[in-house]
Amino acid sequence: MVDFLVHEKSDNVGVATVDIEAGKVAKGLYMDTQESIEVKALQAIPLGHKIALADLQVGDTVIKYGHDIGRVVAPIKKGEHVHIHNLKTKRW
Amino acid sequence: MKAPKIWGYRRENGKVGVRNHVVILPLDDLSNAASEAVASIVKGTLAIPHAYGRLQFGEDLELFFRTMIGTGSNPNVAAVVVIGIEPEWTEKLVEGIAATGKPVKGFSIERNGDLKTIMEASRQAKEYLQWASELKRTECTLDELYVSIKCGESDTTSGLASNPTVGNAVDKLVEMGATVSFGETSEITGAELVCKQRAATPEVGEEFYRVWQAYNEIILKHKTDDLSGSQPTKGNIRGGLTTIEEKAFGNLQKIGKKSRYVGVLKPAEAPRGKGLWFMDTSSAAAEAVTLWAASGAVVHLFPTGQGNIVGNPIVPVIKISANPITCSTMSEHIDLDVSAILRGELTLDQAGDMLLDLIVRTANGRLTAAETLGHREFVLTKLYVSA
Repeated sequence: MVDFLVHEKSDNVGVATVDIEAGKVAKGLYMDTQESIEVKALQAIPLGHKIALADLQVGDTVIKYGHDIGRVVAPIKKGEHVHIHNLKTKRW
Repeated sequence: MKAPKIWGYRRENGKVGVRNHVVILPLDDLSNAASEAVASIVKGTLAIPHAYGRLQFGEDLELFFRTMIGTGSNPNVAAVVVIGIEPEWTEKLVEGIAATGKPVKGFSIERNGDLKTIMEASRQAKEYLQWASELKRTECTLDELYVSIKCGESDTTSGLASNPTVGNAVDKLVEMGATVSFGETSEITGAELVCKQRAATPEVGEEFYRVWQAYNEIILKHKTDDLSGSQPTKGNIRGGLTTIEEKAFGNLQKIGKKSRYVGVLKPAEAPRGKGLWFMDTSSAAAEAVTLWAASGAVVHLFPTGQGNIVGNPIVPVIKISANPITCSTMSEHIDLDVSAILRGELTLDQAGDMLLDLIVRTANGRLTAAETLGHREFVLTKLYVSA
């Protein structure tokens, strides 16, 4: 049983496959390499939502599926919830 | 990977089908009643009623005939009875299908009426059905199949597991020499530059980009609100998707990691060789699957999150889901449950192999969930108003 999955080794976010409670040391799995990873959740991460795997600064690029999915608009700590409050498309 | 053996129907033009339908094909809306009457008299034939075929013109008319001729020409179809209101367009449809070498005959209603047409068409349909019933499946290989892919009612589980499962199978299919087609032009928005780079050559990538831009312009021309607020949708955002790029990359997982598309097809246009092809399609499930069936696809792979239940009259549509709620509450619609990926108990490679095995079984005759439930959605794509 895992708490989150990471599509590719180069991604800096994982996706929760269960509701992760704040404070929990969440177990993750890289889908390409099958390597394990552990991250302490600093906030609650709902099922399907993203958890940061590294500290990210404003202007950094969030990588998922090995691709650029947008830019960081508020500082993010490893283990925090990544969503519309701190990640924005580069498109508009 | 060596292509597994399958038992298929090798048609007159060498193409391999996995079903053996005798189709009663109305040319136009007016001929639906007679076509359905024939299919109710001659048990085991299949009428494919639809809403169009009158006063269409230009590119819309070309697409109409390409779709209808392609449907009758599909290798899953053994023989066709065409019924149309008037003889000229009826004959055009018959001639288009006859180019494949398969048995086809047309009947027109003007100067005959429905009842005489139904009688004569039923006699022909009965002959075709008995002939088709003696056709035998022969040994073929999986790489001889043409498979199309499109997802629907997607959610987080689609991007995480069911779309990448299809992608894993697609990489293996393309590697063994099969033909595969993807599309959903508007859903690629957000990943269009990466999709452009996935073309086999820069020229093919440019062609894709032109097609994508043209579709995008239609959407922008007709939109009634600001799309920047609607992509991703509120439901997508609730589910955890943040940006349009993220949504689009989840969709694009279906084409796998390695395969490069070798060409761009018009809606309902048949691929001109093996490998992965991009087709310009809408993202509406029944419309898109109808276009792929008309382009000759004989199996469709359909990953779903929340549970799209689409089928097609002539092409088995295989449903793959990783959403445990969908797999339990809508189990009769799901052919392959890959929710174990979310628990870390199944790898994408294993799931891709399970899907390939299910394609083989489906090709050999196993009915899909959509076939058993009678899902025969046939929806023509209309480009603009009729005259």
